[in-house]
Amino acid sequence: MNILAYLIPISLCLGGAGLAFFVYTVRSNQYDDPEGDARRILSDDYDERPKS
Amino acid sequence: MTAVVHQPLSACPACAAVPAAQAVADVAQPEAQIALSLPTIHCAACISKVETGLNAHPGVISARVNLTLKRASIEAEPDVTAQEMADFVESLGYEAHELDPGTLSSTATDKMGRELLMRLAVAGFASMNVMLLSVAVWSGAEDATRDLFHWISAAIALPAIAFAGQPFFRNAWGALRHGRLNMDVPITLAILLAVGTSLWETTLSGDHAYFDAALTLTFFLLAGRYLDHRTRAVARSAAEELTALEVPRATRVRDGVEQQVALADLSVGDSILVRPGGRMPVDGEITQGMSELDRSLLTGETLPVQAAPGQLVSAGEVNLTGPLIIRANAVGKDTSLHQMADLVAIAESGRSRYTSLADKAAKLYAPGVHILSALAFVGWYLATFDLRTALNIAAAVLIITCPCALGLAVPAVTTAASGRLFRRGMLIKHETAIERLAQVDTVVFDKTGTLTTGTPVLINAEAIPEDKLAIAMALAQGSSHPLARAIVQAGQATGANPEQVHDITEVPGFGTQATLKGQEIRLGRASWTGGQAGEHTTTFLRIGEDAPVAFEFTDQLRAGAAEAVSALKKAGHTVYLMSGDTTPAVQSLANRLGITHWLAEALPADKSTRIQAMTEKGAHVLMVGDGLNDTAALSAAHVSISPASALDAARVASDIVLLGGDLAPIAEACTTARSATRRIRENFRIATVYNVIAVPLAVAGLATPLIAALAMSFSSITVSLNALRLR
Repeated sequence: MNILAYLIPISLCLGGAGLAFFVYTVRSNQYDDPEGDARRILSDDYDERPKS
Repeated sequence: MTAVVHQPLSACPACAAVPAAQAVADVAQPEAQIALSLPTIHCAACISKVETGLNAHPGVISARVNLTLKRASIEAEPDVTAQEMADFVESLGYEAHELDPGTLSSTATDKMGRELLMRLAVAGFASMNVMLLSVAVWSGAEDATRDLFHWISAAIALPAIAFAGQPFFRNAWGALRHGRLNMDVPITLAILLAVGTSLWETTLSGDHAYFDAALTLTFFLLAGRYLDHRTRAVARSAAEELTALEVPRATRVRDGVEQQVALADLSVGDSILVRPGGRMPVDGEITQGMSELDRSLLTGETLPVQAAPGQLVSAGEVNLTGPLIIRANAVGKDTSLHQMADLVAIAESGRSRYTSLADKAAKLYAPGVHILSALAFVGWYLATFDLRTALNIAAAVLIITCPCALGLAVPAVTTAASGRLFRRGMLIKHETAIERLAQVDTVVFDKTGTLTTGTPVLINAEAIPEDKLAIAMALAQGSSHPLARAIVQAGQATGANPEQVHDITEVPGFGTQATLKGQEIRLGRASWTGGQAGEHTTTFLRIGEDAPVAFEFTDQLRAGAAEAVSALKKAGHTVYLMSGDTTPAVQSLANRLGITHWLAEALPADKSTRIQAMTEKGAHVLMVGDGLNDTAALSAAHVSISPASALDAARVASDIVLLGGDLAPIAEACTTARSATRRIRENFRIATVYNVIAVPLAVAGLATPLIAALAMSFSSITVSLNALRLR
């Protein structure tokens, strides 16, 4: 059962990382335009270099 | 959508240039934030075309298109105007309307929604982790391992609940402080009691801890809240967009110089120029010019009235033929448009306070649960004299009965129903509008602008000789008068070509005249052309000294009006027609649509008192109207609908806004509303059935955390699935 001492912190850290990423996506307005973002990925405007 | 009225160019370019330069100087700000509504964009190509186009435009710092809201936000140099940007986007091939950024500001950052989403995420994360630990305990972890898992669960649950449960705690505290009970009181009590007893059990290394139940409960309930919030946020942002489309501006004339100013900057005594097609921004008196006024939005009259110097005008009337200069008598809050708000306030106080189904359920449920849980506590305490067992049982009862499914029962259905109605072009503004719409048994329609479009159509085109129609078309072509436009349309439909005429002049307030082969020809009012006005709206064409030719018009029915009326009658509703228009006009429309109950020449107060009288007799009235004269009636009715073309005041007063031009969805909406309410009731019944099964187990002390978790998840999932069955 000693393995629990590693597994529990690891699972909590992974879950926490997921939560942190979700918070980051909310903060950076990534849910403001779900429809537009779904289509934007199809446009090849910024394939060569990122938007300056 | 409201069409943008393009203002004609000034006769002398220099006169236009001076005020334009001045206007630019007045609005000079460090950076201009411009918002445009782009109703026709729909794909990735549209986004990149508009964005690259705008970003390449000199003066634009950055531009971004939001496809979900169908909107572009532009950050531009201070000297760029919104009109310029709208014209530029139109030149790219997309319809663009200017939006008033002041009205939109509140939607820019949806703080409430973001906060709820964050809490939902925290509750979801915590409940999943605690659930994993609980699964280990349920499947037989013992002694030190179980205690360790309980302590870790506690360490996750306590901060998570402290953060995620705040909306419930706040609401419950607010209700308790005013001595009332709402749904949040049992929720809060259940969460706090569950966490409290679990913590106590953990310190005593007991078997059962309800951390997972408390967190799952918070998660499901927050999901319900978030759905509810999303539905309302979507409706609010769409309603705000309708308001923002009407940018309040007026042209002020001072010492012969025209200047575009915001409505707020006008003061009493200012001279204001209203061009043909423009709406009166303020109440005032005409000082110069002759024209005709369309007052249909205020009074319901379809026929334009003549306007001459000295006549009083009120805000909201539309100027039709000639430019008018008016002197403002009342501005802003003092205008008749705003005074109508008083009438609305009176009507609203008369509206019976509707208690939503959720509130009714809460009123029954909250005391019941508390009494049950208290009885279980007292019973077990008296039976065993063991405080720990008694408290555990009480907590189990509260958790099992907790309105997890009840919290989802209403929002899941209203979200599904509003989404469905939104796709059919109906915007549900009020949270209980769907429930109220389901009770409707009487429908009252306004005439002008609601059942009819307010634009006339020529009805006797066959009776008019083709050469006469061709001459009339030539005269009508240059005019923006609704009757003139109807003639041009009818002519084009029959394939007639306009005759060549010379010296066309519009005589504001009377009609248009020109010369043809040396003869004077006139198209206009009966009194001016020597015609005899009949039953219908009529205009006359006179060639030389010949007898005038009559052109008869009728008001065009709005698309779907006939279908909506017949479908509502078929569904067993009583349909009324109430209008401020003249008796013959109302009567002919009522006959055309088969409406037997009608009322003509009704004043705004008449309409609302009639509706109040019907309500007192026990009818649930749905009012459909668009004008200022309907505003009081809209607020007096049980539930109200207005088309998107309605005045802002009418849209604010109504619960539902019809976004398209079609009326047909109204009948379907009643059906959808009724099945939505049926689903809500079903959901309450499902939740009750689960309670009836689980509560005896809890009271008997057999409810383990596993049973609590199962009952909760199953009832929530069944309720959500039932909501999705909505058709």
